Amino acid sequence: MDNIAGKTPALSWAKNIAMAAMVLIWVIPTLGLLVSSFRDRDQISATGWWQAMLPVELTARARTVTEAVADGPLFRVEGDIFDDEEARSYFSGMPGDISAFGTRGAEPTAYPPGTTADLGDGETLTVNADGSYIWITPEEPGSRGQRVYFAAESPPKLTLDNYRTVLSGDNMGRAFINTLTVAIPATIIPILIAAFAAYALAWMEFPIRGLLIAGIVGLLVVPIQLALVPVLNLHNDIGVGQSFVGIWLAHTGFGMPLAVYLLRNYMAGLPRDIIECARVDGATDFQIFIKIILPLSLPALASFAIFQFLWTWNDLLVAKVFLPSADEAKVMTVKIADDLLGSRGGDWGILAAAAFVSIAVPLAVFFSLQRFLVRGLLAGSVK
Amino acid sequence: MNPLIQGLATIVLGVGGCVAYFYASNLLLDRVLYPAKGPNIAANIRRANTVRPWLFIFPALLVLAVYLAYPVVGSAWRSLFNRSGDEFIALGNYVALFESPDFRRSFLNNALWAIFVPVMSVTAGLIAAQLSDTLKWGNIAKSLIFMPMAISFVGASLIWKFVYAVDSDIGLINAMVAGLFGAGPVDVIQIPFWNNFFLMFILVWIQTGFAMVILSAALRGIPEETIEAAILDGANPFQIFFRIKMPQIFSTIVVVWTTITVASLKIFDIVYAMTGGNFGTEILPSYMMSFMFRDDGRATSVALVIMIIVLPVMISNIRQAQQELR
Repeated sequence: MDNIAGKTPALSWAKNIAMAAMVLIWVIPTLGLLVSSFRDRDQISATGWWQAMLPVELTARARTVTEAVADGPLFRVEGDIFDDEEARSYFSGMPGDISAFGTRGAEPTAYPPGTTADLGDGETLTVNADGSYIWITPEEPGSRGQRVYFAAESPPKLTLDNYRTVLSGDNMGRAFINTLTVAIPATIIPILIAAFAAYALAWMEFPIRGLLIAGIVGLLVVPIQLALVPVLNLHNDIGVGQSFVGIWLAHTGFGMPLAVYLLRNYMAGLPRDIIECARVDGATDFQIFIKIILPLSLPALASFAIFQFLWTWNDLLVAKVFLPSADEAKVMTVKIADDLLGSRGGDWGILAAAAFVSIAVPLAVFFSLQRFLVRGLLAGSVK
Repeated sequence: MNPLIQGLATIVLGVGGCVAYFYASNLLLDRVLYPAKGPNIAANIRRANTVRPWLFIFPALLVLAVYLAYPVVGSAWRSLFNRSGDEFIALGNYVALFESPDFRRSFLNNALWAIFVPVMSVTAGLIAAQLSDTLKWGNIAKSLIFMPMAISFVGASLIWKFVYAVDSDIGLINAMVAGLFGAGPVDVIQIPFWNNFFLMFILVWIQTGFAMVILSAALRGIPEETIEAAILDGANPFQIFFRIKMPQIFSTIVVVWTTITVASLKIFDIVYAMTGGNFGTEILPSYMMSFMFRDDGRATSVALVIMIIVLPVMISNIRQAQQELR
């Protein structure tokens, strides 16, 4: 169609630009999160992630040393501001020139470098661009030096510290394992059960088959909110309670209608001849299912498996209801939504790293198995 | 590592149990109950074939009955009782719901979600499908727009929390507002009424890829002759799109529309993670969660309201399935 469908150069340009704009809107938020997860705390609060590759001007504070030299009636203290441990801690790598300094927290950048600040009572402070300072005071400095605030450029720095903090502390590693523990059984068990049922509904003759199919299609849209209270009560009554077994069963139940529906549609589309030939040769339905239908249905099974995995991995609501609220049973989504957003709400680097840990597995699954995912979607929605 | 081992054990037990059930029950049927040999061979085969479908379908039916069919009845029944479930109060919970301003606001917000999310996702998905189909880098563009489908709603909320952040050194929106207009920071999450749309956009961001993939398959399925004929008749690209293509993919648009509508009616994670239902963004599922674990009567009555809203979709689904079977 390329050569006919109204292809004027102007239109083609407009299409390219419009598409590029849309892709940018769709990608930039995730990119921002990825970049932020590698930046350290001070840099995140100093400049936006889109400037992550540029040096950051940080405002730091330090104290002068206290070894004074008598200079007439006055005392003179000299040193290098970057010798101070607190000042160093703000800068990773080589700090740049000092761009301003001050002596009060309220005005940390009151004076340009190289000028002499008058602190009153005959006290003066000079800070040079290279970090050297001269503090002149009429009284002997005690055990504490003079507070100095200054601004200097810190080179861009990418670090894995956020990931280290997230994975080592905060029980996020545990949550990662919990999420796996929920998602894997909750993916395999429903598929197995659904495959048998789908075969029966597609290829076996029995009364009320049509009614069952219609019923399953109806159950497709039952909101899971409806199930929360009665099923949790049922779980408590039969002794399952809030537990991993409970959430596996719940996910199995909630995923079942779509699994049966998709697999039945796929299996019903397989050629009738193959199945009838096998029947004539004396194969039982069990053998036909295992040896013929199952291998032929692999693409459909794979695409549903991906879906089920993605949404058991990504689920928040079912986990909140069917898992205990104790920290050691939390999955990552609950951990992030309940713990991190509350207690670490302002700690953007940690939040970004935690989010990336939780979306890394789905993204890997997505990019490696995208073809199956699309195929599954199309099988279910386009007639 | 304990949970990991526990998980592995369940996979083995659960999967093994399922396999064992199917294998053993069929073996029992074929060898012990109705063996395909001896004097009654014909009758036995016939009987075995009557029973077998039920063996295949039983576990699925059991799970469906317990987790989806029973809850419809169970919730309806439970919603007629008081907080602790020991006193029958008929429609008391529903009366209390409709008198509550929080419920009314949740209901209206939910309606906003159910109207605007499908409109925006389908429109964006259609535009993306139409644009990407004729571009050389269309497939790359498609997978980038499709990518948010893989991200959890909580992850997506966090991603957009960065974009919406008040601090113009973190939030892209505020950085642009400051850069372009020099205006002070705005907290879009706290602007009454409009904050709902900022939350909705997160779901649109997720669902557009879904709409795009399906609509682009439908667009490709349009026979080329109809388009060629239109071009020969002198139709411009917009006429081709709105008069020729749109009507032919209409049924697919309806399917995508209903799927996204149902998804947006149940959305909970985004509101929970972004605002916790504060600042007037509460929706029915998050309103329901505020009663979960402490007032089962109220919680189930809210759930039933959600169910009643999706009922038309359910009925139309069942009708369509029955038509297809015929």
